[in-house]
Amino acid sequence: MTREPSLIEPTLNEPLSPFRNGFNTGMTVLAFALTALAILPLFTILWKIIQEGLPQLNWQTFTSLPAPVGSDPNEPSGFANAIVGTFTMVGLASLFSIPLGILTGIFLSEFARGSKLGDGIRFAAVLLSSTPSVIVGVFAYGLLVLTTKQFSAIAGGFALGVIMLPIVALTTEEALKLVPMHYRLGSSALGGTSFQTIFKIILPSAIAPITTGVLLAVARAAGETAPLMFTALFSQFWQENLWSPTPSLPVLIYNYASSPFPEQNALAWTASLVLVLLVLLTSLASRFFTRKRSS
Amino acid sequence: MTNFTEPITTDLTQTQGSANSINTFFRWLVGLAAFSVVIVLIWLALTVFNDARPAINKFGLGFLTNDQWDVGKQLFGGLSFVYGTLVTSFLSLLLAIPLGLAVALTTSENFVPDWLRNPIGFMVELIAAIPSVIVGLWGIFALIPVIKPLQEWLHANLGMLPFFSTEPLGPSIFIAGILLAIMILPTIAAISRDVLTTVPTELRSASMALGATRWETIWRTLLPAASSGIIGGIILALGRALGETMAVTMVIGNSTIISPSILAPGYSIPAALANQFAEAFEELHIGALMYLALVLFLITLVVNSIAAVMVQYINRNR
Repeated sequence: MTREPSLIEPTLNEPLSPFRNGFNTGMTVLAFALTALAILPLFTILWKIIQEGLPQLNWQTFTSLPAPVGSDPNEPSGFANAIVGTFTMVGLASLFSIPLGILTGIFLSEFARGSKLGDGIRFAAVLLSSTPSVIVGVFAYGLLVLTTKQFSAIAGGFALGVIMLPIVALTTEEALKLVPMHYRLGSSALGGTSFQTIFKIILPSAIAPITTGVLLAVARAAGETAPLMFTALFSQFWQENLWSPTPSLPVLIYNYASSPFPEQNALAWTASLVLVLLVLLTSLASRFFTRKRSS
Repeated sequence: MTNFTEPITTDLTQTQGSANSINTFFRWLVGLAAFSVVIVLIWLALTVFNDARPAINKFGLGFLTNDQWDVGKQLFGGLSFVYGTLVTSFLSLLLAIPLGLAVALTTSENFVPDWLRNPIGFMVELIAAIPSVIVGLWGIFALIPVIKPLQEWLHANLGMLPFFSTEPLGPSIFIAGILLAIMILPTIAAISRDVLTTVPTELRSASMALGATRWETIWRTLLPAASSGIIGGIILALGRALGETMAVTMVIGNSTIISPSILAPGYSIPAALANQFAEAFEELHIGALMYLALVLFLITLVVNSIAAVMVQYINRNR
């Protein structure tokens, strides 16, 4: 074995070449500059919403209808109808999508784990959850607006429910998978049927992460605009019933954002503030549930 | 004390009683509910296809190569919408990939302590929670005025390139691309970080032991090892960008004229659906919009299937 220490050892003790050193430092600086640039929009968006939306925020915003354009600036103006509309449609959506989604999650985790059928249904749920929300709106339009010749809260709620369904199903499955297998074995060994095992043992121990998933789905649905624009439409007034055009916060923001009247632009910012608070609080609440479980 | 010498008389294999019938009913209920997802997906495809039939019969595949869109004359071609959708999406990927990777690296490497790293990741993911209509509102009133000088500078100095050849007016494909990049950034960052943190430590140690610096290790070892997962995340982000509606509708300018310049206004498929459905009454107009929806649905279905398969494959290989 021949070895030439005289050639290797001096280079080992040399400092890093300026090029390699500079590349290393330069990339670190670049990475942090890009990261700062990536976070910048979040702060400017939140700051702009607070700056533009807070001045008009008062009690009347939550209790009165939007003031007609050109009316006395002191007249109370708000978007109570849109808040009620958003809650109505998210409620309608939750009514069918949460039970169906949880049952689907139970099937995926408890009855079809590792089977081809389960994989197929999970794949369909993933595809449905990544289908653009505007397409879901088109679906609700074709199904409920074209046939009834009527824009309605039902059509809007249906579209939101279709968006929520796969989110609830997939998060429920993930939540149930976290329950240790020996809980199931223990219950079965004591003679529990799968119904008893699931309702008395598995669901209670997975309730926190399931709630997280449901809250995330609700937050997502509350902020959706595209599927509501041509299913629930919009209205300046209170909704008459579930089969009539219904205002919602996101569509109000869209309509008033492109309005030429500054007072309507201002109202769009206030509605954004309320909507962001609503959505962020729901998301934070869901994080709280996850944290409680892990501690 | 129980006498264990007596034989057990209870039949442990009984298949009757209320507990059993509830159980049977429950298993059926769960099985049926599970198919709701599949049924909804197929039902959605059939409904859109069925309502698009008037336009499919009239225009055929030529719909996709024709850029005429005239509601008054009942002439419909979808090229300008397809073009706008693809250009804005690829532009957004171009902007979001370096930013997303930078965030993934700063939050997966130990450049800064945990108490600073976790908030960075959390804040980037928070962007995904902001409703897209609010991002659009911010785009109209905050981003367009700020970007205006940049657009003017690009036109004045690089105007000889076709990409910057038109006078900037405000709303443009460029602005739409920036908003989309902001919205898909969390997807790329979150998935890339997850993949980077699962690269085996041995690879990093081996690279460092051979004398590589941190960034040489990142470029030559970590990123290649994580590349399939990162690409899966990018494809997923592309699927989101293709279908994103509100933010694009509000800043793209809604013009059906196809221009090679990214400073010119354009149109996208979701924007056309959002703008025109509420005012469409003629069967052919509704059919043409449904045709556009079908095209978008098929494109996103293919893109998302690829992403889903890649991400599932990665999860299995962990």
